[in-house]
Amino acid sequence: MSVFVGRDTRLVVQGITGRDGSFHAGQMLEYGTAVVAGVTPGKGGQKFENKVPIFDTVADAVSATGANTSVIYVPARFAADAMFEASDAGVSLVVCITEGVPVLDMTRVLPYLKERSTRLIGPNCPGAISPGCAKVGIIPGQICREGHIGVVSRSGTLTYEIIHQLSRTGLGQSTCVGIGGDPLIGTNFIDCLSAFEADPDTQAVVMIGEIGGTDEQNAAQFVSQSMKKPVVGFIAGQTAPPGRRMGHAGAIISGSSGTAAEKMQSFAAAGIAVMQRPSDVVPLLKDRV
Amino acid sequence: MNLHEYQARGLLKAAGIPVPDAEVAERPEEAEIIAKRLRGPVVIKAQVHAGGRGKAGGVKIAQDPGEAREKARQILGMQIKGLTVGKVLVAPAAEIASESYVGIVIDRSSQRPVLMVSPAGGVDIEEVAAKTPEKIFRLPIDPRFGLLSHQAMGLAFKLYRDIDQVRQAATIMQRLYHAFLDAGASLAEINPLVTTPKGEVAALDAKIVVDDNELDRRPGIAALRDSSADDASETKAREAGLSFIKLTGNVGCCVNGAGLAMATMDLVKYYGGDPANFLDIGGSSNPQKVVVALGIIASDPNVKSILFNIFGGITRCDDVAKGIVAATRQLKLVRPLVIRLTGTNEQLAMDILQQNGFTAGTDMDEAVKQAVKLAQEAA
Repeated sequence: MSVFVGRDTRLVVQGITGRDGSFHAGQMLEYGTAVVAGVTPGKGGQKFENKVPIFDTVADAVSATGANTSVIYVPARFAADAMFEASDAGVSLVVCITEGVPVLDMTRVLPYLKERSTRLIGPNCPGAISPGCAKVGIIPGQICREGHIGVVSRSGTLTYEIIHQLSRTGLGQSTCVGIGGDPLIGTNFIDCLSAFEADPDTQAVVMIGEIGGTDEQNAAQFVSQSMKKPVVGFIAGQTAPPGRRMGHAGAIISGSSGTAAEKMQSFAAAGIAVMQRPSDVVPLLKDRV
Repeated sequence: MNLHEYQARGLLKAAGIPVPDAEVAERPEEAEIIAKRLRGPVVIKAQVHAGGRGKAGGVKIAQDPGEAREKARQILGMQIKGLTVGKVLVAPAAEIASESYVGIVIDRSSQRPVLMVSPAGGVDIEEVAAKTPEKIFRLPIDPRFGLLSHQAMGLAFKLYRDIDQVRQAATIMQRLYHAFLDAGASLAEINPLVTTPKGEVAALDAKIVVDDNELDRRPGIAALRDSSADDASETKAREAGLSFIKLTGNVGCCVNGAGLAMATMDLVKYYGGDPANFLDIGGSSNPQKVVVALGIIASDPNVKSILFNIFGGITRCDDVAKGIVAATRQLKLVRPLVIRLTGTNEQLAMDILQQNGFTAGTDMDEAVKQAVKLAQEAA
């Protein structure tokens, strides 16, 4: 078992002939993911690496292959339309890797997908991986290991760092989800936490947040009210100055709100074990599972 | 990207919002000429990307053109929150009957643009929100339908009782929403929105922050960037596609990924050091980016040691190693380097570094400790 992506995933790659799309499509195939289709308008009828059929539209790909999940690697200016298209084609999960999607585009995309019950992960995210089952996105497969820890994070490489620390001490993962570093995203911490709570294969959760917004504070409340499984948390950006965007569009302390201190306090108050540094993850988890 | 007040006023004016005539001066003599043209008392306002200009002495009233020149001379060149004032706005000192606030911001929890109005204008809206939140009225806008007339009217009634003023304010709100969309803004505010003794409603001050992700498709807005208002090293980094923020410490940090970069800074602090910067070299595998990054860090005289923390996923460690070797050849670095690399092509990277006389580790904690120790020894 796993959450969001797994053995049932049948994946269509939007932008499969682009630089990033073709590289990562290859990596996902190599990992054993069921990549059943690719989409590049004008290249319908061709094949990717002589095995994956390419279609002109997502709708064609879905009707021909039964794809149920889409991953998007198109440039930022086409990303909103790619998300609309995937939802209209009827896939139930859209994972948008693209970075730099204008936030006004997301104010239109999010309600549209919600009305059609399409789950969106991202944008500006590394995607999700259920080790041993499926990889959708760009999380390096070789650092992951099958197991029972759920990982959810707003970051990319910091997530890899923490997955790496888990894997090398034998703590494998059920699913790792990168929800993205933008201010408006499709799937938030609470969505992931409730999925992990319901997943029989997940025993504990690692939640990696950062400065900006209140998603972590809301998640802390959810943990204290609705979760039985242990949660270990980290917040990046304790030394970030207020008013500056720290790389991620959503990582900004506005006024005095969204600080790391505030988030760490809400974690602690909710009974979440708070990591002071990434290498605390293993000792804190071993005490709890 | 922050716009200057005069740029934001220009966009509002183009959207049809009443904005009093005003002009920008870069020299005191220009301020005098503008004041002559405007007639009557004027206000001279520093054009910098910082709040609290009034408190810092960057806003002054002048009764006549001669005084306008004098006040402009005082403000031009002054420092406000570390930024040098290169331009002033010369505006008529309007007679004001009331001051309100109108703003539109992207709200993360409702995931929509939210219109906020308050009869308590002319002061920092965050202060109003903290002290008298009941004086702020909020309305999430459905982006598919825009700001409906009755919604704007409903909020305008929170500001004024006079129906003429209510209609004027409602029109201004709808035009502000269009200006917000047209600029690709994440924030657009009028503070204060004033009424004059004659009963006219007008925007006296404006602030617009543009979503950086909009700039590619809005060249007209992108052209408004004033690089002289930013830190020079940050401009250089941005042009190279790096995400860089200068801080005040002495441990230079070069990291791939924003989250890991923040966590690295935090770990420097955890081990008793002080980070000199935030720097994310991004996910690409371009050795040239590493060269630029190292050059920017090394140009900061406060930096006593330089820490590389690379987790190779998409980024290949051997590319970063090549960049380090190339950069140190070009830059003749005098400060010690501490390198931590792990992940994709880790062994290749270690070989490249060793052949060129560097040592590198794979443990993040150990590398940070060592960089902090070296910085402390050199300080």
